[in-house]
Amino acid sequence: MEGIPLMGFLALGAVMFLIGAVGVVMKRNPIVIFMCIELMLNAANLTFLSFARYHEFPLIGMISKDATVMNGQMAVVFVMAVAAAEVAIGLGIIMAIFRTKETIDIDEMNILRG
Amino acid sequence: MTVETVAFVILSLLAVISAVGVIAFKSPVRSAICLAGNFFILGVLYFMMNYDLIGISQILVYTGLIMMLFLFVILLLNLSAPQMLQEKSYIKWWGAVAVAGALGIVVFSQVIMPLEWAVNPTSNPELGTTKSVGTALFSNYVYGFEICSILLLVGIVGSILLAKRRG
Repeated sequence: MEGIPLMGFLALGAVMFLIGAVGVVMKRNPIVIFMCIELMLNAANLTFLSFARYHEFPLIGMISKDATVMNGQMAVVFVMAVAAAEVAIGLGIIMAIFRTKETIDIDEMNILRG
Repeated sequence: MTVETVAFVILSLLAVISAVGVIAFKSPVRSAICLAGNFFILGVLYFMMNYDLIGISQILVYTGLIMMLFLFVILLLNLSAPQMLQEKSYIKWWGAVAVAGALGIVVFSQVIMPLEWAVNPTSNPELGTTKSVGTALFSNYVYGFEICSILLLVGIVGSILLAKRRG
């Protein structure tokens, strides 16, 4: 770990987040859109963990170093749990829509548009 | 240039390439396989940062569980080649890439560049082990843990309801 700057991890996280954002906006397949959302969540996880490992910030000086590492890891654990629940529900919704509409093109789903 | 720096550069290049593969392939199965590779590489990066438990649960939860779920749904929906969706035009793609690039420039110049001084990790590398994570999870974060279990229970019931409904 010595010699790898924090900027490297942050840059990787930012690039992955931006790729995921482009995918969410541009793809038409809702399953691929879900995958891009997972990509964005993982980029956020990477950022949490690298900040927790490298932190030496005066802003959070009142919290001890060990507590900050734990904060980062706990945020990642909770993000993983929420992502698992989200994927299960979201894919169930996609299956239900496919059963009623016989298509999964995201641009065809406009019945909620007022 | 230590060995770890070289390994980090190679791993992050692979991660970016597989992330691009997720949105570049037309077939959702290939996207899913690229995403599994990306999650696996992220797990290796977590190991490099001495997060043992987080790394192994990344590989188990994402590469094992979520990717299997995605592949099952793709197979069940039977999205074979004739049903593959028409993608949007190239002009829109370039517009999206330009907007993302502008956002990236803002983030790089304002958030990442000021953190240039953070070169070496400062925290105790023992704090990624199963023991320390378990202690924290069942002491300071026990309420969040219980709320997560309720959320997952609701998720299980909801997905069964959504999957079983007929007509």
